Amino acid sequence: MDFFDQFPVMEQQELRDFKKGIDLAFRTFARTYGDAIESFFEPLLFFLVWLEKLLINSPWPMIILVLAGLAWIASRSILLVIGTIISFLMIGYFGMWKDTMSTVAIITVATLVCLAAGIPMGIIMARSNRAQATLLPVLDMMQTIPSFVYLIPILMLLGIGKVPGLIAVCIYAIPPIIRLTNLGIREVDKEALEAIDSFGATTWQRLTKVQIPLALPTIFAGVNQTIMMALAMVVIASMIGVRGLGVPILRAISNQYLALGLMNGLAIVALAIIFDRISQHYGKRIQKHREGRNL
Amino acid sequence: MSVVKIKIESLYKIFGRNPKEALEHVKNGVGKDELLTKYSHVLGFQDISLDIYEKSIQVIMGLSGSGKSTLIRHINRLIEPTSGKITVDRMNVMSYDKAALRNFRRQKTAMVFQRFALMPHMTVIKNVSLGLEMQSINPKEIEKRALHWIEKVGLNGYEEKYPQHLSGGMQQRVGLARALTNDADILLMDEAFSALDPLIRKDMQDILLQLQSELHKTVVFITHDLDEALKLGDRIAILKDGKMDQEDLPADILLKPKTEYVKKFVEDVNRSRVLKAKHIMKELNGTDLSKSIQVNENDFIEKFIDKIVEEKPEMIVVQDKQNNNVGCISSKRLSEILKK
Repeated sequence: MDFFDQFPVMEQQELRDFKKGIDLAFRTFARTYGDAIESFFEPLLFFLVWLEKLLINSPWPMIILVLAGLAWIASRSILLVIGTIISFLMIGYFGMWKDTMSTVAIITVATLVCLAAGIPMGIIMARSNRAQATLLPVLDMMQTIPSFVYLIPILMLLGIGKVPGLIAVCIYAIPPIIRLTNLGIREVDKEALEAIDSFGATTWQRLTKVQIPLALPTIFAGVNQTIMMALAMVVIASMIGVRGLGVPILRAISNQYLALGLMNGLAIVALAIIFDRISQHYGKRIQKHREGRNL
Repeated sequence: MSVVKIKIESLYKIFGRNPKEALEHVKNGVGKDELLTKYSHVLGFQDISLDIYEKSIQVIMGLSGSGKSTLIRHINRLIEPTSGKITVDRMNVMSYDKAALRNFRRQKTAMVFQRFALMPHMTVIKNVSLGLEMQSINPKEIEKRALHWIEKVGLNGYEEKYPQHLSGGMQQRVGLARALTNDADILLMDEAFSALDPLIRKDMQDILLQLQSELHKTVVFITHDLDEALKLGDRIAILKDGKMDQEDLPADILLKPKTEYVKKFVEDVNRSRVLKAKHIMKELNGTDLSKSIQVNENDFIEKFIDKIVEEKPEMIVVQDKQNNNVGCISSKRLSEILKK
């Protein structure tokens, strides 16, 4: 009966050795390849630093003007433009300008990296059932594993800094763009594909003339999701050395500063709403242009 | 009219896990239903052989499930056959590799679809240009040709509209213009007018006949509608459950149905409306033409029936456009045809 009452556990010593073995192996890997991997990400770091400096060093009225202009181009909604201006004025007035600019910089770079890597991956997934079968569980894992857990190997590999922070944000934010690109392309009308095939399209023509344009609304939903997820990672990323709105929030948690936490938290909310509305409006606007208004 | 453009030779299509094995069963006489229940394979069609003549409209007719839409997709190999051969201009289409097949589709065939299959994100002119954009042709030339065909199908003024802005009939005109812009010899029309309401449908049929009289394409036209088949077809093939029931001239389908299925199919047709004088005329051979009237070879019986009731001629002389006598119909034969 002993067997049923006591779970057959691996022996203590063996288990310890097993874990140690894994740790050691990864540490060796990190020591050997850490520098190489870091230098691989150098251009990205360079770009991130450049963008952050640009945002912080430019005169604030100009930044607000540019952001308001972007909001107008994307949405053609005067309400959103006014909202953007007021939000940023308040962020500046409450002394969060610099942190906000750092956050905008890392969100921008992270989103660009996610799109550059995620859209091609989504396309590959849509083209091959085997790729889909392999990637889906990986995406599931990326989305469910607690983010603190993958911070550990990233830290071991790259230490504290902007690049590991950026990677952590990307791991968290890339799944939706991959998933929705895949879904969008797979859902493209079979008749449209048959039509383009009947005219002798190459694979590339098929992709660029039919699949991507018709999947664009879904892909845009993915872009929007990715931006939102990246923003959600700001606080956690600040734990491993990313500057921005997450840093004061961490300070507020450890010192129980309610006002500080709340203000920075609301600044993230404001950014989230603005980015969300801009990207959604833009997605809808290109759709409307395509689908036509007077059905 | 006698040059064979597309030659289909004992073509089989079976859908399922192991079509090659199922093919043996079919060749051994297993029918469509048995193949599905016993071997869980779907029979698309079997042993289809058909010669399609240059510059003619070949109608392939059948009810849904007869395999007609599957068959037309074999001509440009949107679907690969299980066995059999298709030759176009004496070239074996089955032997083409990917690149050759692309070229073949670009240059030899153009397709019109039942539900239009237009690109919703492209304007009318972009849709019409689609076929040419697959080829490296300069944009000016593409635009010129696209505009030409847009005008031909009567859509000028709609160039910059999106398909959603157009009615079904107009959308299919775009589909037709898109196919014609490719300037291919072969036009594959898969139930092209079936989704349209009757009046628009008649318009489109007339447009097609009008264009065909100028362009002389080889048209393969799929339909489930006998009236449409009789109106458009130079020849008609009737498919039933994946088998060819009869392939003939329209008049022969009507007057000499070979199987019970075809007989039932043509029973209720108003013959005076679908048969033209040329369909039922006999050779002249010195027939006595003293008590006769003249009709044009392309007139439907309907058109001259009143005249016959009034004048009661013994003989009807059939003439071509240049008023040459090309044949004759006796009143007795005419009444037999209409009575049957």
